[in-house]
Amino acid sequence: MTAPETLLSVQGISKAFGGVQALSGVSISVARGSVYGLIGPNGAGKTTLFNVITGLIAPDAGCCTLDGRRLTGEPVHRVVQMGIARTFQNIRLFHQMSALENVMVGMHARSRTGALGAILRTRTVREEEARLEADAHALLERVGVEAHANDPAGSLPYGLQRRLEIARALASRPNMVALDEPAAGMNASETASLRELIVGLRDGGTTVLLIEHDVRLVMGLCDRVAVLDHGQLIAEGVPAQVQADPAVIEAYLGAPAAEPGARAAGRPH
Amino acid sequence: MLGSIYALVALGYTMVYGILGLINFAHGEVVMIGSMIAISVVVTIGTGSGLPGPVVVLAGVGIAIPACMLLGALLERVAYRPLRDAPRLTALITAIGMSIVLQNLAMIVWGRQYISFPPLLPSEPHAVLGATVTGTQVIIVMLTLALMGALLLLIHRTRLGRAMRATSQSPALAGLMGVDVNRIILFTFMIGSALAAVAGVMIAGYYGQAHYHMGFMLGLKAFTAAVLGGIGNVSGAMLGGLALGVIESLGAGYIGALTGGFLGSHYQDVFAFAVLILVLVFRPSGLLGERVAERA
Repeated sequence: MTAPETLLSVQGISKAFGGVQALSGVSISVARGSVYGLIGPNGAGKTTLFNVITGLIAPDAGCCTLDGRRLTGEPVHRVVQMGIARTFQNIRLFHQMSALENVMVGMHARSRTGALGAILRTRTVREEEARLEADAHALLERVGVEAHANDPAGSLPYGLQRRLEIARALASRPNMVALDEPAAGMNASETASLRELIVGLRDGGTTVLLIEHDVRLVMGLCDRVAVLDHGQLIAEGVPAQVQADPAVIEAYLGAPAAEPGARAAGRPH
Repeated sequence: MLGSIYALVALGYTMVYGILGLINFAHGEVVMIGSMIAISVVVTIGTGSGLPGPVVVLAGVGIAIPACMLLGALLERVAYRPLRDAPRLTALITAIGMSIVLQNLAMIVWGRQYISFPPLLPSEPHAVLGATVTGTQVIIVMLTLALMGALLLLIHRTRLGRAMRATSQSPALAGLMGVDVNRIILFTFMIGSALAAVAGVMIAGYYGQAHYHMGFMLGLKAFTAAVLGGIGNVSGAMLGGLALGVIESLGAGYIGALTGGFLGSHYQDVFAFAVLILVLVFRPSGLLGERVAERA
């Protein structure tokens, strides 16, 4: 077996908010076509790392590269164009736009029409619009939101909003999709279909970076897992190896004081 | 008629507010500069060229539009973008400052006197259903309706419009979707300014004159129209503009009769501001708005 090619490389990322060291010297590398899990107790810095990777916040030190191209320092919209799309722990949709339009906004990065073309409504523009709309319907179908395509996103039930977010992330045809707690608040059968969706993504060639609290989901699904605690990478490896790591057991799984399942209500990092 | 001009200008206010939460008080001045440029062009090529009137006016519009778009883009880049993250009041004060700068600039370039628009457009009255209208008025109303239709199409049916709406709901999130938010904001200013240029030419053609100070009152009234319709709401601005025009005209026509001749039609400006006050007191979200509370 040849060594898998690295898609995303995170090198020595540190970030402090005031006096709190949210991340200190975190390095991971995510192989192309794999599912990579990121776990850790609340406040460990998982979402902060997501925000650094997607360009929302600038790290104090370190950098990220995707496919060898430097992500750090690029504006947010460029990072998307370079091939990373994400979802959010606390769902963020365009509530007043329809589900279909949410997905179509997600396609912004891969459509070309300039201002002039949009005004003149040339044939290529109309053809592109029609193609995007068809693709958007297909994506909605894939995540099971097609029946609500024309409903305002804000009016959808919670589970469907999560799925819609995933569809919107996929709309940019990313090389890598970063899912921030996609199973949060889902019941067992919803989680099972989410799992199928992620497997389908990986089989389709999309790399998945996953923050998740559902340990069974993570351990069953991920090719590799990284564990963060207090901003530090305390373990990294294949799931079985990580699960057996005493540092992980102490920090996360076994620590009597910290309940791994308890989630501080909607706490954005 | 007057209402359609208000509506075009109000659109510029409301689109910028929808995206940035900024009242661009310099917008009235963009209209004024559109007027001035168009008149300059019309006077330069109109005298002695022998071209038919409407063609000359069209040339004026054709030059005023790109000039105003450039001006709008410049305002955004130079005056507003550096203050994007500043407190809202700072940007508002800057907008008022830009308005004063542009007025004075226009005064230096075109002088303090009224500049007249050559009588190139058809002005003979026709009787239609008991009302008296001129060809120019008909053109203005038709053109306004066409522009509004085009704008609605742009906003609701194109990729660019989708990006604009997404940006107005959440700039940060739109950025995460790959939308270049700075470009969308710049573009919004440019569209608003293009509409302002058209409105500027209309108002110059309608009143037959322009003045460096005309943008001030016009801007306030268009702002009133935008508030009346529900600021941030594009259809609202259209409705508000047309409604304000009707209210003003009827008010000016009947105020003499209502007050027994005590107040005359030169009090017509009172109505716009009475409307502004009433709307702000009784329905601050405007006719079609529903998001003001969350926005303000």
